[in-house]
Amino acid sequence: MANPIEAYVNGLRETRWWRSVFRSGSGATNLHRSLAVQQNIFMHLFSVKMRRAALNFNVTWYLGTLSLTTFIILVATGIPLMLYYHPSVPQAYADMKDLQFVVSAGVFLRNLHRWSAHAMVLLVFAHMFKVFYRGAYRPPREFNWVIGVALLLVTLFLSYTGYLLPWDQLAFWAITVGSNILSAVPVLGQKIRFLMLGGNTVNANALLRFYVLHCVILPLIAFLFIGIHFWRIRKDGGLYTGRSKSNE
Amino acid sequence: MPDEKDTPNIQAPTRSTRRESFVKLGLGSMAIAGAGASVFGYEFLSPNVLYEPSPITNAGKPDRYPQGSVTADPKNGIYVVHGPQGFYALSAICTHLGCLTTWAPEQGLIACPCHGSKFTPEGIKIEGPAPRPLAWLKVWVGEDGDLMVDRSATVPAKQFLRA
Repeated sequence: MANPIEAYVNGLRETRWWRSVFRSGSGATNLHRSLAVQQNIFMHLFSVKMRRAALNFNVTWYLGTLSLTTFIILVATGIPLMLYYHPSVPQAYADMKDLQFVVSAGVFLRNLHRWSAHAMVLLVFAHMFKVFYRGAYRPPREFNWVIGVALLLVTLFLSYTGYLLPWDQLAFWAITVGSNILSAVPVLGQKIRFLMLGGNTVNANALLRFYVLHCVILPLIAFLFIGIHFWRIRKDGGLYTGRSKSNE
Repeated sequence: MPDEKDTPNIQAPTRSTRRESFVKLGLGSMAIAGAGASVFGYEFLSPNVLYEPSPITNAGKPDRYPQGSVTADPKNGIYVVHGPQGFYALSAICTHLGCLTTWAPEQGLIACPCHGSKFTPEGIKIEGPAPRPLAWLKVWVGEDGDLMVDRSATVPAKQFLRA
C-alpha cells in the first residue's frame, strides 16, 4: 500500500474538522480542483484553469509574481521593525541604529526591508515595461493597466515615505527637496506641501505623517489595488500570452 | 375604478418619481456628508499650532563679525555678512529646492551641496539651477545691542545695516 505518511494525510483530509475548513474534499476530478480554488478566499481571485502558455517563463518573466513577493517580504519585515522604531525626532535615528547594532536579527530585517524596497521598485518598473512592450495593456486589459499605474504610484509613495524614516541627513534633505518639488504644483502646491509635512519644514509632524502613510495608509491602498489587479487578470481572460485563441 | 387599465399607467410614473426623489435625497445627503467630511478632513490635517523654532534669531553683538566676514549659522539657516557697506543677513536656504547652502571661504562663494548652485556673498546666483538669488532677510539691532535676524521677513537686496 501507499506509505504511512500519505495514508495518514489522506485520512486527515477526510476528518470532519478538515472538511469544515476545506469543503471541497480530496478528490482529483476537475470539479474538485475547481472547487478547491473557488472555495478558497485567497485562491478564488485566480481562475480555476489557465492556459499552459501562460505558465511559460517568457510570457511574463514572472515579474508580477516577483513584485508581489517583494511586497510580502516588505510587510513581513516591516511589521517587526515597527516594534523597535519610534517615529519621533529624538528617537527615530537612534532606533534605526539600534536595529542595526543592538537588536538581535535587527540588521537582517532592516537590510531585507531596504533591499526588498529597492527590488520592488525595480521589479514593478520591469513588470510595466514587459507589459507595455508585449502590448498586454491592450483591450480587454486596459483597465488593469490603469490599476497597475496606480500600484506603481503607491509603490513610489511607499518608497518615498519610507525614505524619511531613518531620519538621517540623506532622509531629511531628500524629503526637503521632494516636498519643495511638490510645492511647484500650480496654485495648490504650497498647500499640499503644508498638509503633507504638517508644517512648513520637515519636522516632527512630517516624520509622524510619513510614518502613518508608510505603515498604514499606503499598504492598505496597495492591498486593495493588488486584490483588484489579480481579480481583473481572471476577469480579463487570464494572462496575456500573445496568441490568438485559435492557436492554442 | 372606472377604468382598470388606466390605474397602473398612472401609478407607475408616480412610483418611479418617488423612487427618483429618494435617490436624489440619498445622493444629496451623501454629497453634503462628503463635502462636510472634506472640510473636516482638511481642517484636521492643517495644524493650528506649530511647534517650529522661532523665525527670529539673536545673532549676538555686531562686533562679533569682523569687516568682510561671512558667518554661517546652519542651525538657523542664515548668513550674517559684514560687508564694506554694513551688515546684512542672507537666507542660507537654496532657492532651488530648499537645501542648506554652505559658505566656501576658499572660493569666496556660497555653495549648495545638493545640485551645485553657487552664489556670491550678496546672494547673486553665478552658477547652477537656482531660479532666484538668496533672500535678503530683515536685520535690526535689538534693545540690548544684539543683531536680530528674522528669517520669515525678506527685504529687498542691498539694504545694509550700519551698526
